[in-house]
Amino acid sequence: MEILVCARRAPDTSENEIALNSAGNDIERDDLVYSINEPDNYAVEEALQIIARIGGHVTVVTVGGEDDEEILRREMAMGANHGVLITDGAFAGSDGRGIAAILKAFVQKGNYDLILTGVQAEDGAAQVGGMLAAMLDYPFASLVNSIEVLEGGKLKISREIEGGNKELNEIDLPCVLSIQTGINEPRYVGMRGIRAVASVPIPSYSAAGLGLEGSMAGAAAARVRRIDYFVPSLGRGAEILAGSREENIEKLIELLAAKGGLK
Amino acid sequence: MVVGIQISGQVTNWLAPGRTLFLFIHFLGVSCFAYIVTKRLVPLLRAERDPRFDRPLTRAAKVLKFWLLQWKHPRYRTAGIVHILFFAGFILLVARAFAVLIAGVSENVEIPGLSGGAGQVYSVVTDYAATVVFLCMVFAIARRLVFKPARYAVPARYGKPHTADAIFLLALIAILMLADSLFDATNVALMAQQGQTVELASFLSLPWILKTSLASTSAPALGSLYYQAYLSHEVVFYFLLCYRPFGIQFHVETSLFNVYFSKLDKGTVKPVKWCASDKQLDQVKSFGVKTFEDFSWKHMLDFYSCADCGRCSDNCPANSVARPLSPRFITIKARDYAFQNYTMFGSPGNGKPLIGTIYSEDEIWSCTTCGACEEECPLLIEYIDKIVDLRRGMVDDGNVPGSLQKPLKALESRGNPYGKMEKKRADWANAKEFQQLCHVRTLDKKNGADTLYFVDSITAYDDRMQSIARSTAKILSHVGENFGILGVAEKDSGHEVRRFGEETLFVALRDHNADAIKACGAKRVVTSDPHAYNALKHDYKDVPPVEHISQVIAKAVKSGKIKFNPVENANDVYTYHDPCYLGRHNQIYDDPRDVLGAIPGLKRVEMKRSRDRSFCCGGGGLMLFYEPKEEQRMGVKRVRMAVEAGANVIVTACPFCMVNMEDAIKVAGLEGKMKAIDLAELADQQIKRESPHVEAPEAAVVHQEYVMGR
Repeated sequence: MEILVCARRAPDTSENEIALNSAGNDIERDDLVYSINEPDNYAVEEALQIIARIGGHVTVVTVGGEDDEEILRREMAMGANHGVLITDGAFAGSDGRGIAAILKAFVQKGNYDLILTGVQAEDGAAQVGGMLAAMLDYPFASLVNSIEVLEGGKLKISREIEGGNKELNEIDLPCVLSIQTGINEPRYVGMRGIRAVASVPIPSYSAAGLGLEGSMAGAAAARVRRIDYFVPSLGRGAEILAGSREENIEKLIELLAAKGGLK
Repeated sequence: MVVGIQISGQVTNWLAPGRTLFLFIHFLGVSCFAYIVTKRLVPLLRAERDPRFDRPLTRAAKVLKFWLLQWKHPRYRTAGIVHILFFAGFILLVARAFAVLIAGVSENVEIPGLSGGAGQVYSVVTDYAATVVFLCMVFAIARRLVFKPARYAVPARYGKPHTADAIFLLALIAILMLADSLFDATNVALMAQQGQTVELASFLSLPWILKTSLASTSAPALGSLYYQAYLSHEVVFYFLLCYRPFGIQFHVETSLFNVYFSKLDKGTVKPVKWCASDKQLDQVKSFGVKTFEDFSWKHMLDFYSCADCGRCSDNCPANSVARPLSPRFITIKARDYAFQNYTMFGSPGNGKPLIGTIYSEDEIWSCTTCGACEEECPLLIEYIDKIVDLRRGMVDDGNVPGSLQKPLKALESRGNPYGKMEKKRADWANAKEFQQLCHVRTLDKKNGADTLYFVDSITAYDDRMQSIARSTAKILSHVGENFGILGVAEKDSGHEVRRFGEETLFVALRDHNADAIKACGAKRVVTSDPHAYNALKHDYKDVPPVEHISQVIAKAVKSGKIKFNPVENANDVYTYHDPCYLGRHNQIYDDPRDVLGAIPGLKRVEMKRSRDRSFCCGGGGLMLFYEPKEEQRMGVKRVRMAVEAGANVIVTACPFCMVNMEDAIKVAGLEGKMKAIDLAELADQQIKRESPHVEAPEAAVVHQEYVMGR
C-alpha cells in the first residue's frame, strides 16, 4: 500500500513556555523548540505499522521552509521511505484551504492509496485533512484511533466519539484519515537514527513544480486571516492559584475538599 | 601409619582386573568433557569482542581475593561459611583426586612434592577434607529440604523449582566423597589383613570410621569393596565432570576464569563496541544487545558461571518491590537460552530477538543500575552492563516507553529532561535574597575560576532541589573556594541517558559539557549530585578531577575550615542513606558519615542496609520518568527501614534520593514524623559562621527556615 502522511513542524508544547509577543499578534518564537506535530507522528507510526503488516511505502510530505526538513528526517529515521518538502515563498500566509490545495496538487502527482494527517496541529485548526479529502473527492474520517486493512480496497476504522465511546466504520480506498493520538505507541527516534538519514536527499517542489495557480495558496488567496492573539481574561468562577508549588497543592486540596471533590 | 595413595601400588592387584575398564572410563570421561566444553565455547566464539587480557596483576589479585579467599561469601553467614569449607576441601582434594584416578591404571602413583612425610600429612588433611566436604553436602541438602531459604525459590513465572537438580548434584558430591573415603578405608583394611602394621591417623574422619567398621571383613570382600569403591569414584567423578556444564555447577570449572576476567573499573559502563572510537560508532550497524550473540564472550561466561545462589535478587530493590526484574533470572534465562540453542548435537539456532522472547521490555527498564546485585555476587557476575546493552538494543529499535521519550527528546533539544528553557538553568542562583548571601559567578573563557560547580539538571531546575545548589554554593564560598558555574552552557551530564541506552545522545551531551568545562579553565570540578559525579569521573575523558560536595565538606571539617553548631533538637535521631552512585559505585561511605560525626550533639544510627548494602531509593535521572509496574515504591521501603532503625531524619547526599525520600515519606504517611535533608543542606545549616565565642542561634534558625521552607 502506498501511504502519504501529511505532517508539519510545530512548537513542542511540553518543552516550551508559550508567551505572547509584544505586538500581541503571535506567540514569542525566539526561544521555542520545534518538532514534529505530535498527532502527525502517530500518523507516521500508524502508516509504518500498516506497511509492516501488508507491505508498501510511506511518504511524508510537509509544506514549509528549509527548517522543516528536520521533521522529514526525523520521520525518515523512524522508517518512512521518502520525505518531500513543498516550499515556495508564494505559499507564505496560506490559510488551511491554501495548504489543502497545495497538498491536493502534490497528491495528484503521485499514486497514493491512503492519505493520513494528524488530527490537528498543536497550533492549528484541524481543517486541512477534511478540506484535502473534499478537494480530492475522497472519503474522509476524522479522529481515527484504529485501522484494519480489509480485502477489496476497504479499511475498517474506529473513531473516537465523545464520552470515550468508539464507532466502527468501513471506508473505501483511496481515502483521507485524520489520526488521533493514542492510536499506537510511536517508536523512539534518537540522534543516531537522524544522523543515519542526514545525507539522504529530500526532493522539494515549488508552486510551479506542482502546477499550482497563484490564486489557490498564499496570503492573497487566504480567506481566513488571524486578527488577534491573546490570553483569555479570567472568566466568572475561575481562579488561578499563583503561589509556590507547595502552596498551590495545599490550596487545591483545600478547594477540592471544600467542594466535596475529596473525601 | 599408612598413607593410602602412596602405597596404593601394593594393593593395586585388586584393581588390576579392571584396568581396561578404568582406562576406557578415563578416556570416555575426558573426551566427553572435552567435547562438551568445546560445544559450550561455540557461542563465546561467536560473541562480541571484549578485551579483558590487560592488567594481569590486578586480575590475579582479584582471583586471590574473590576466588581463592572467597571474599564475598561470608556476607551470607551460614551459606558462606559452608561454601568456604567445601571450597577449601575441594582445593585440598585436587591432587588426591588425580592420584586416585591414576591409581586405577598405574601401579606407582606419586604426587610430586607429596612423598614421605609431606605425603603423610597430606593424607591426613585429605581424609578430613573429604569428611568436611561430605558433611557440608549433607548439611546443604538438609538446608534445601528443611530450611528452604527464600532466595532459592523460583517464582512460577520463571519456571520450575531448581531444588531437585541442586540436591542431585550435592548428593553426587557426597557420594564421591564417600567412595573416595571407602577406597582409602578398604585399602588400609586390606593391608592390615595382609599383616602390615597400618593405622589411619585421621581419627574420626570418614575413612577412619569406614576402616574401623571394616576391620572384621574378609580379604576377598574387602578387595571387591576396594574395586567397587574405585569404580564408583571414577564413574561419579566423570559423571559430575560431564554433567556440571549442563547446570548450576558449571561454575566449578568457570569461576576461576570468570573472576580473572571480571570487570575492573567500577562505575563505568562498557562501550557500545570495544575498540571503536566515537566517530566509528556512526558506522556501526546495530547498537547494543538484540540477540544472544550480541552479548560479549565474558557476559556469556557470566551466564555459565552463575551458581544460582539468589544473592543478587535477594538484594535487588526492583525485585523486592515486585518489579518484573530479578537479576538471577536475567542470567538463568540467558543460560537456558544458550543451552537450548547451542545444543550438544546439531548446529546452533540463529539470532532470535531476546526482548519479547526471554526478556520483557519492562524487565529491562525496571533496573535502577544501583549495583546491589553486582556488589553481592560471589562470582563477580556483571548485570549493569548487560542491562545497558539490552537497553541500547531497544533504543536502537525505537522501542522506548512513551514516558521516557519525552524527557529524552527534551534532553536533545533543551539539554535537560524537563524541557525547561536553557536560559533558566542558573535561575536558582539569581534569587535576590540568595544573591545577597552568596554571589555565584558564571564562568566562561574570559571569566575563569579554580573550581567549577557542576550543578546538573535536577538541582538546577527543580524548585526543591535548588536548595541543595544554594547550600552547596554557600559551603564553597564559606571555605573560601574561588568557584563558579557554567550556567546556560551546562547541559545534563547524561549519566542516566547513557545508562538508559541512548549512547548517541549521551556522547553529544558529554562532548558539549566537556568542551564547556575545558573552556572555563577550572582546575577541578565539584558537584552535589552523585550521578553527575559518577559521569564526570568515569564517563567523561580529559576533564579536571571531580569531587563530591561531601568530600569537600569532610576535608574542610578536617582542616578546621568548617566548624558546626550543635544540632538544635538533641532528640532528633539521624540516619545516613548511602546514594548508590556515591557509595557502591564510588566507595564514598565515610566522608558523609565523618561530616555528620563532626556536628556536635548529632545522634546517628545506621540502618540495617547501609554502606555497600544500601537500598536504592527508586532511582534517579530518567528513572523518575519511568512508570514501573511495582507493588510499592522502593523509597517507601527505604523510609520504613529508617523508622525501623529508630531514626526520624534521613540524611542523604543526592538530589534524586531526596525526591524519592520526600515522596516516600508522604506516601508512607510519615509526614511530621520523618524528614529528609541533604548533607549539603544540613552542613550549610549547621556551619558556625560567626566567631566561635558567639553562638548564633538566631542566624541558624533563620537559615534553617530558609532551607526547610523551600
